Amino acid sequence: MSGDTFATPQTQDRDVLLDVRGVQKIYTGHGRTVEAIRDLTFSVGRGELVCIVGPSGAGKTTLLKCIAGLLEPTAGTVTLDGQRVTRPPQSMAVVFQEYGRSLYPWKTVQQNVELPLKQKKLPKARRQELVNEALAAVGLGEVHDAYPWQLSGGMQQRVAIARAVAYQPQVLLMDEPFAAVDAQTRADLEDLIRSLWHKLGVTILFVTHDIEESVYLGQRVLVLSSSPTVVMEDLPIDLPDERSQLETRSGRRFAELRHHVYEQIQLAKHRKGSEPGPDATPDVVAHGNAV
Amino acid sequence: MNGILRGGRGLFFALALPVVLVVAWWFGSANSTNFFFPSLSSILETFGRTWFAERMRADVLPSVTRLLIGYAGAVVLGVALGVVLGANRTLRRITEPVLEFFRAIPPPVLIPVLFLFAGIGNTAKVIVIVLGALWPILLNTVEGVRAVDEVLSDTSRCYRVTGWARLRHLVLPAASPQIVAGMRQALSISIILMVISEMFASSNGLGFTIIQFQRSFAIPEMWSGIILLGLLGFVLSLLFQLFERRSLRWYQGLRRSQRGE
Repeated sequence: MSGDTFATPQTQDRDVLLDVRGVQKIYTGHGRTVEAIRDLTFSVGRGELVCIVGPSGAGKTTLLKCIAGLLEPTAGTVTLDGQRVTRPPQSMAVVFQEYGRSLYPWKTVQQNVELPLKQKKLPKARRQELVNEALAAVGLGEVHDAYPWQLSGGMQQRVAIARAVAYQPQVLLMDEPFAAVDAQTRADLEDLIRSLWHKLGVTILFVTHDIEESVYLGQRVLVLSSSPTVVMEDLPIDLPDERSQLETRSGRRFAELRHHVYEQIQLAKHRKGSEPGPDATPDVVAHGNAV
Repeated sequence: MNGILRGGRGLFFALALPVVLVVAWWFGSANSTNFFFPSLSSILETFGRTWFAERMRADVLPSVTRLLIGYAGAVVLGVALGVVLGANRTLRRITEPVLEFFRAIPPPVLIPVLFLFAGIGNTAKVIVIVLGALWPILLNTVEGVRAVDEVLSDTSRCYRVTGWARLRHLVLPAASPQIVAGMRQALSISIILMVISEMFASSNGLGFTIIQFQRSFAIPEMWSGIILLGLLGFVLSLLFQLFERRSLRWYQGLRRSQRGE
């Protein structure tokens, strides 16, 4: 059981698409300063699916907003495809957790997906093509004229994903997108993300607080510490590329990885980012079949 | 079948009380000898004669025109200023006390002052309506624009919905429930100011005519004018409801779905 190793990721010789270097974010206001993120450095290769997992309050959303160009980091840089990110880049799309607040309630599904394409000045026929393709890809072929609030939560999040997909981004950022949907819908949506990723070859950065989700989805999992946040571990997920909710999740390796990340998160809760100990990347896990 | 029954019941409930009141007025005043409270039958008799001839063009039309222009001006100015103030915190903090002060002034007291500066013509009356009806629209728009959802705002930035597109696709629709609520208040204020400004100083209009009737002791005609004003307000409010239901259909639906209906 023991002796399974966790490899360190190979960061050399990679086509880096997104590079986050020394990002720090300090909020100031009302005479108080809060250091949400201390020092985050990592990179995401072109076509990768990377999950970021961390304890609640680890500044995950802050990090995502810095990457999306919605927040200016106090220090450090975010670079997308060689370009420094200072405002939302055109080749990036974001899916937020609060689907109910990220879709325009006064617009139909069709209009919601189409609006960003209009801003891209695409011709009408092309827009319609992209809208139809994207909605079909998320399994919503026949709700073009419905309003978001007429749909279930899971369907609304599918619309938000379709909008991101139709935008044809290089990088898709997802901020705990399935935290507010029920478990079964969530499993469906996870598989949807994997299949879209395979089909479109898009780079995905997926933020979650759910350990199993991060292991199930990712090629790599970045484990964050508590606030003030640093990267505690960059863990490659050596599960087979074909994943299924049933098989993958009941596998031994899945359990080991899940266990390992869980341990790291527990550690993270007790240790602040200021003291990233040398044992942050243990190479041995004790119980193989702990579920 | 059920729908028709329900519609019939709705109509019955809506009309029952007005019918009872009219019937009560009709019979209660039938034998009235009081000069100031003539019978309803005599008021209605004068109604057609008084309004459907020359006065429709000479008095009702100018009144309604001033009302609509003033109201439209208040809507445009209120929404435009409201968007600017709602989007700019510093500007809001500077202007807030002044706005609160102006809002607190009862609009009719502006009439004598304005008539001093702007004369007693159409322009002055339109300005009175604009300045009186402006406030509920302005303040509601400010609130609506301020309260634009943060997530939706971030989403719009990510998809580069900025500048005019942001105003058109995000800010105005998001604030529209508040804007429309302000417009509803402004409509009744506009009608009041139209009548009062005409009563003050005018040579035509509904308010002017009603005062003329009163001063010349044409009491049934005076009452018929009051009824006409009531009907005008009623029709305008019905039209407004129609507009509100159409423009805010998404909002009603959203609210219903949030309540879990």
